[in-house]
Amino acid sequence: MADIFIGLDLADEVEITAVTAAIGNDPAIVHETERLVIGGGARRHERRHLLLPALHALQNARGWISPGGLNHVCDVLQVPPAEAYGVATFYEMFRVDDPGHGDDVVHVCMDAACQIAANEELIAELEAGGAHVHRSPCLGQCERAPAQFVQGVGGPDRVPADEISVELRIPQQGDSSLRLLKNIGIVDPTSLDSYRAAGGFDALARAVELGPKAVCDAIADSGLSGRGGAAFPTGVKWKAVAAEQGRPKHVVANCDESEPGTFKDRVLMENDPFAVVESLAVAGFATGAENGWIYIRGEYPVATARLQNAVDQCRAAGLLGADAAGSGHAFDVEIRRGAGAYICGEETALFASLEGFRGEPRSKPPFPTTHGLFQEPTAINNPETLLNALDIVLNGADEYRSRGTEQSPGTKLLCLSGRVAKPGVYEIAFGTTLGDVLDLAGGLTGSGELATVLMGGAAGSFVGPDALDMPLTLEDTRERGTTLGSGVMMAFTDEIDMTAICVRISEFFRNESCGQCVPCRVGTVRQHETMVQLQRSGSMTAERRALVDDMARVMVDASICGLGHTAASAINSAIDLGLIEGAP
Amino acid sequence: MTVTEVSVSLTIDGQEVDVPAGTSIHKACESAGIDTPTLCWAENLTPVNVCRVCVVEVEGSRALVPSCARPVEDGMVVETDSERVQHSRKMVLEFLGSGIDLSQADDLGRWIDHYGAEPDRYDQPEVPAQKMYEEPKIQDDLYIRDYDKCVLCYKCVEACGDDAQYTFAIAVVGRGFDARIGTEFDVTLPDSACVYCGNCIGVCPTGALQFKTEFDMRNAGEWRPEEQDVTTTVCSFCGVGCNLELHTQDDKIVKVTSPADHSVTHGHLCIKGRFGWTYVQSPTRR
Repeated sequence: MADIFIGLDLADEVEITAVTAAIGNDPAIVHETERLVIGGGARRHERRHLLLPALHALQNARGWISPGGLNHVCDVLQVPPAEAYGVATFYEMFRVDDPGHGDDVVHVCMDAACQIAANEELIAELEAGGAHVHRSPCLGQCERAPAQFVQGVGGPDRVPADEISVELRIPQQGDSSLRLLKNIGIVDPTSLDSYRAAGGFDALARAVELGPKAVCDAIADSGLSGRGGAAFPTGVKWKAVAAEQGRPKHVVANCDESEPGTFKDRVLMENDPFAVVESLAVAGFATGAENGWIYIRGEYPVATARLQNAVDQCRAAGLLGADAAGSGHAFDVEIRRGAGAYICGEETALFASLEGFRGEPRSKPPFPTTHGLFQEPTAINNPETLLNALDIVLNGADEYRSRGTEQSPGTKLLCLSGRVAKPGVYEIAFGTTLGDVLDLAGGLTGSGELATVLMGGAAGSFVGPDALDMPLTLEDTRERGTTLGSGVMMAFTDEIDMTAICVRISEFFRNESCGQCVPCRVGTVRQHETMVQLQRSGSMTAERRALVDDMARVMVDASICGLGHTAASAINSAIDLGLIEGAP
Repeated sequence: MTVTEVSVSLTIDGQEVDVPAGTSIHKACESAGIDTPTLCWAENLTPVNVCRVCVVEVEGSRALVPSCARPVEDGMVVETDSERVQHSRKMVLEFLGSGIDLSQADDLGRWIDHYGAEPDRYDQPEVPAQKMYEEPKIQDDLYIRDYDKCVLCYKCVEACGDDAQYTFAIAVVGRGFDARIGTEFDVTLPDSACVYCGNCIGVCPTGALQFKTEFDMRNAGEWRPEEQDVTTTVCSFCGVGCNLELHTQDDKIVKVTSPADHSVTHGHLCIKGRFGWTYVQSPTRR
């Protein structure tokens, strides 16, 4: 007996079976009492977070989310159909109209690294072969551009490039100075025994020896800061969550890596998944959180499978569970897949998405450390940040600070792509110059001279060849008006049409704006229109240039979240550097 | 012993203001006699702070702050008329006007003039500014939904959901500029969970949602709000005691609302109070 209105369309057997397999067969029990509505609210909190897995199951079963399928999920989870539909239509990977075929869909990346790697030719080739192609935002495989991801119907999702050798993904393999990438290519990513033989789970044991307070202190003393772009001090975050008492607490691995040009976390998750799980357990122990969550972008099927395997093996070995690793502390991990939304990498949007709502960011304050997932205290970090914690716990803050600079201690993963000879993930000590990094990646490839490097992804900024001497640290990049962001270094030579690149960046933000706040919802559209006009007419009036600045200012000043704050940054830097013909 | 309200003191535009703790900056501005434009904020709804037209500058905060949602803090220094605030408010109004029909929006025209917003400067020779082109949805005799007037303020969704009605017939659907308010699979309102309480219309600030009576009269050129009287009465249907405001023109009821500050309704009604008034004017009634 439901207290919500559900239409007449029914799910078929395939859909019901898929949903049951994904979220279990545990229909919400509704007691008809005078407190029905209150009961309804509590129930929604309890089970609503299963909405995203259920929608994935429907999408996979039929290739779309049908009215009957949606009704079934709404009935099982007691979610109002309009809200569930609002959630389904939020994500790139879900469709709510019948595609008219039951075939797999090939997503091809449209963003910068693939744009200059003949993605349109790939699309033409695929379409000529009868494939159903979906033009997708960055798929996080920039080192093997043009990138593809195949969304399965009735079968698993897959990535055609996965036959590629590990060697090519980690050009530095075997380098003894590696800290974060040291296991890659050495440890079998599917075997807990292999991970443990290489010292895996020593850090968790050491953390338990030290106790939560000492772990938090070490993280704070190390000067570790978030590696997703905002560079927030990790120790401050963990200590704030540790100080919260009396409510359930969470640690979340933000694996929704979607910044165009970024693929480092994918490489970590695919090749060292046990380290991600161990570091999340360390975070849980240090902050006193019993609930670990991994929210991973939907376009990463290999990483998802390997993480799931790692969690299962760790649980079976007693490293997760009621007495995780013999710590006396309960800790377990659940994995959730995103469904194609750049905005869900923003921490509060990620929480909303995981809870089964539209991935719309929330206003801060209050901050996640007090009001995070389910409005409960939450520490959220990406895999790269988390993996640093293992090193710090094992070797101490002082040893950690022996690399990098005073203000940017440690090492940083960089995602090298574009016109470099050996694209891939590189680990460098903070302070290495941009020029040295490009050399490390084998220098430029193709014809022409270096025109510019995109730093930090679409949300970052372009720098000219005069920045090759720039030490890559938080402080130096800030001083030079750019950013390390998520570690993107995408090289462009002077034969590349930068106007087309910038038009695409503006289109990316237009597509990825969640639409919640006016400055970003409309600003990203007007910015894109301006870029298209510039491309078509070949010039931009001074008046229009002033308007571009006006639009950038309101997005920076008045948007809710970082997407709006950074949506104009790369384009404005390109205009300032004179990379776009016709722009004053 | 008496319980005293904890008071917070802050500075707004150089003026010392004391307000109870928990007050929003917007309300504090109001108590200081400072007028603030709002669009997605309403007395009877939880602030969603999405329109950003009420932003203010708070010392120490990098970005501007939505005054409707942010509670005051002791010692806060707020600027409501700085160049940054003026710029953002002007741009938000311009952005809205550049794609949405604001001709029936409450109060916005005044603010567009105040901040010198120029919504027309976004059309370009080869790329016209994208607009919210939508045909009005007329699916029954009570409501119309005209989404090219919709600013996506979320008010109707809140009123339909857990701020008032708990019906959840509508939600925000889609993403970005293409997001719209809709039912599941765009089914018509009669096929949806809608119970026709009209509370969505009650909170709509732009005329995107309208009573069919008003919509028809507007189309016929007969809608003359300046000639309308508003009579407050109590709904005659049940014992709850909801206050009704009967809007009458030429001695005929044309619309029913309820005051947002009324302790019983908080501005919200049910289908009977909102639409069950035709008997009053029935020709067979004596």
